Amino acid sequence: MNARSLALVALLGTGLLSPLAAAETIALRGATVHTVGPNGTLQNATVIMQDGVIAAVGKDVRIPAGARVVDVTGQFITPGLIDAYGRLGVTEVDGEAATVDESARGLPYSAAFSVAEAIEPRSLRIQVNRAEGITAGLVAPEASMDSSGLGTIIAGQASFLRLKPGMAIDVRTPVGFVFTYGEAGADLSGGARSAVLLRLRALLDDARDYAAHREAFNNGARREYTGTRQDLEALQPLLAGKAPLLAEVHRASDILILLKLAREQQLKLVIIGGAEAWEVAPQLAAAKVPVVLDVFENLPSSFEMLGATFDNATRLNAAGVEIAFAYAEHYNPRNARQLAGNAVAHGLPFDAALAAITRNPARIYGVGNTLGTLEVGKTADLVVWDGDPLETSTLTTQVYVGGEPVPTTSRQTLLRDRYRTPRGTLPPAYVHPTAK
Amino acid sequence: MKPYSLLVALTGGLLAACAATPPVANSPAPSSTVAVAAITPPTSPAYASTYRPMPSTNTLLRGATVLTGTGERLENADVLLVDGKVAALGQGLAAPAGAAVVDAKGLWVTPGIIDAHSHLGVYPSPGMRSLSDGNEATSPNTAQVWAEHSVWPQDPGFGAALAGGVTSMMILPGSANLFGGRTITLKNVAGRSVQDMKFPGAPYGLKMACGENPKRVYGEGRKMLPSTRMGNMAGFRNAFIEARKYRDDMAKYERDRATKPEAQPPTRNLQNETLAGVLNGEIIVQNHCYRADEMVQMLDLAKEFGFRIGTFHHAVEAYKVADVLAANGTCSAMWADWWGFKMESLDGIRENIAMVDAAGACAVVHSDSAVGIQHLNQEASKAMAAGRGMGLTITPEHAITWLTRNPARAIGIADRTGTLEPGKMADVTVWNGNPFSVYALAQKVYIDGALVYDRHDPAKQPITDFALGMTPAGGAR
Repeated sequence: MNARSLALVALLGTGLLSPLAAAETIALRGATVHTVGPNGTLQNATVIMQDGVIAAVGKDVRIPAGARVVDVTGQFITPGLIDAYGRLGVTEVDGEAATVDESARGLPYSAAFSVAEAIEPRSLRIQVNRAEGITAGLVAPEASMDSSGLGTIIAGQASFLRLKPGMAIDVRTPVGFVFTYGEAGADLSGGARSAVLLRLRALLDDARDYAAHREAFNNGARREYTGTRQDLEALQPLLAGKAPLLAEVHRASDILILLKLAREQQLKLVIIGGAEAWEVAPQLAAAKVPVVLDVFENLPSSFEMLGATFDNATRLNAAGVEIAFAYAEHYNPRNARQLAGNAVAHGLPFDAALAAITRNPARIYGVGNTLGTLEVGKTADLVVWDGDPLETSTLTTQVYVGGEPVPTTSRQTLLRDRYRTPRGTLPPAYVHPTAK
Repeated sequence: MKPYSLLVALTGGLLAACAATPPVANSPAPSSTVAVAAITPPTSPAYASTYRPMPSTNTLLRGATVLTGTGERLENADVLLVDGKVAALGQGLAAPAGAAVVDAKGLWVTPGIIDAHSHLGVYPSPGMRSLSDGNEATSPNTAQVWAEHSVWPQDPGFGAALAGGVTSMMILPGSANLFGGRTITLKNVAGRSVQDMKFPGAPYGLKMACGENPKRVYGEGRKMLPSTRMGNMAGFRNAFIEARKYRDDMAKYERDRATKPEAQPPTRNLQNETLAGVLNGEIIVQNHCYRADEMVQMLDLAKEFGFRIGTFHHAVEAYKVADVLAANGTCSAMWADWWGFKMESLDGIRENIAMVDAAGACAVVHSDSAVGIQHLNQEASKAMAAGRGMGLTITPEHAITWLTRNPARAIGIADRTGTLEPGKMADVTVWNGNPFSVYALAQKVYIDGALVYDRHDPAKQPITDFALGMTPAGGAR
């Protein structure tokens, strides 16, 4: 496991830990199963979920006695989709600062900042996106101005969140450290890319020095450091290669600089954005650095994205770069599969596109041994679809997290049902969820 | 005497007429009838469209699945384009001599996609500060500004939209203001000037905005009216009271001047000229409005001053008042699934478009995005799926109307384009499959019968000056 695990389990009113209910055994029978694993796609197959994990998947599996059998003939099953870079649980309404916990202004801290404990598991965004197939997501902090009047060099720690219903929060942190480079990063560091790198190298140097001389530091016998003690401590998993630098960057030449920096500093690196990544695909492949991208980023929106093209994913994949897709609008990670479909339309093989929203983000964030594919022993996070899972015309029919069905209703479906016609004689306010 | 009045005197009131009837820039240049040769001779009204269709050959698309945009679907059908117009639809059509014949078996043919809400050119790529010309956010009322005076024809987004099958679009000023200014409707052709792109004969629109934006920009930002929604309404009403007086003064002058040589026109006022155009029914109100209750307020504003609201844009809560919108004949231009990025979008649902449509109101799928405009067909596909999820049957031949006929209606060009009917402009998109599939791509795009885009022929793909030598599409790097 690459990341320290921070299991936050909220206390219920009784004072007891949220009980891990003995889930019933469920057999989904008759679907086309995209395992995204070594078994590929299986026709007319069965998936057995038992005790929160996948107990069996295949064409000729024995259904255990007592299992609830759900006939899903003609439907499609995929692993739960993963929001490869988002803000689920820490942002509710972007325009309302009170509902946004993705960054803090004016603090001395940077790398120590973690969004994990701010996550609201009952967020509307989680509810809505989970009902449409998103079962986990990377929750990233955002860079902001710190107390020095400059931007945070490291925006903070990213967390990996499974979207369990209820109050229990299944989150791992840190699974990466957010680093904003390129035009935005330069803007946060006085206006020059070189200043960003200068500040980052100074911080990493100090974090190493601190780790080697904690006692001297605490005795006041060490030089003045960039970053607080909390930041220097927090950076140790990054320096140890246990969690990657999640570098927000687009320009091909910037990516090459970061590849050099990662070698020099011995950091694991993930490219976030990477609109021009295809132009340095061989170097990324050689360095085994994955790219989390938005397929729809095909316009020269800035001078660091002049090379943006619809073919980015296809070319990266062909060069052997591991790719994942993240939808730009953080309220709608449910559209990640639309990105995957568009990548297919522009030449990416279907299996690679599906992997980019399931297996690959799980691997990139260090949870690939339990999530991202439908294999025996893996966590039973999966989605049943009424058609090709990458098609915009397809709907979810069932979603399972940890082997348990989660609601496919949401506040949005309640609003829909309240206003659908024919309506009764009372105002919509009298149409209650329970009355349905 | 102000220059304007001088011109009026010299031109026998032509421009005064224009003030009441804004120069909808496309009427054929009346050069022979205008007696102004003594001064610099205008050959056409100022800001007139100089759009000319690109060279075309007559074309027969043979054997396609055709969605006509009128609600019909024809299988194994031919579409004949002659002299820039749709000439015929049917089976076994004969190709006129010299016509290009396209084997469209397995392909789908639709009217060109029309986006009723775009900021291409006014918020172009790259998104540089110096190219950001979409919001004249300096006063709550900037009805005097015209989006066409901001459009940068070299925005690479136009070509990207063309690859998404988009043949026409309305460009709007932004939504910071109560009155953002005039919209402009364009043919999606590569022009050296915006005049080269202006859709001949398209009426102007007036961008208005309710809700959060004006009160945030002015109330919060500048401590001035409007800082509240009631401030928004007061701002609208005051402006229309003034505009009504301006219109009446202008009308009075028009009545008087025949008999009273000393009659003077009111001082020309661009702001009131546009608002008077709304009151006279010549300029269509294009109203950014999210919440259902605010749409009802705006319909009452329109009632108070005797104008019509053509379209509510964004309209994320249109489903709550779809019956009211249907009764008023007001279109809703909507996203498939945007929601929750600000309070007034919190109640957005995926079924919005389908529910508005099912109520018999005019449903339009719009983009408001340089990305979204490239796949409006997919956005419609998601809306269809959401409708299906609640038990509504929505066929492709019906859903295409959200992308073609209805937006044409919303922006006032439905008599010329938006459907495949004989006599209509030959604005046509050919897809490599069902356009409501995520895998579908536009193969060929025709505007006024001219092949302006071909996915398989780089020579038939426009490259803007900006992209030239700079981006992969532009060839170098």
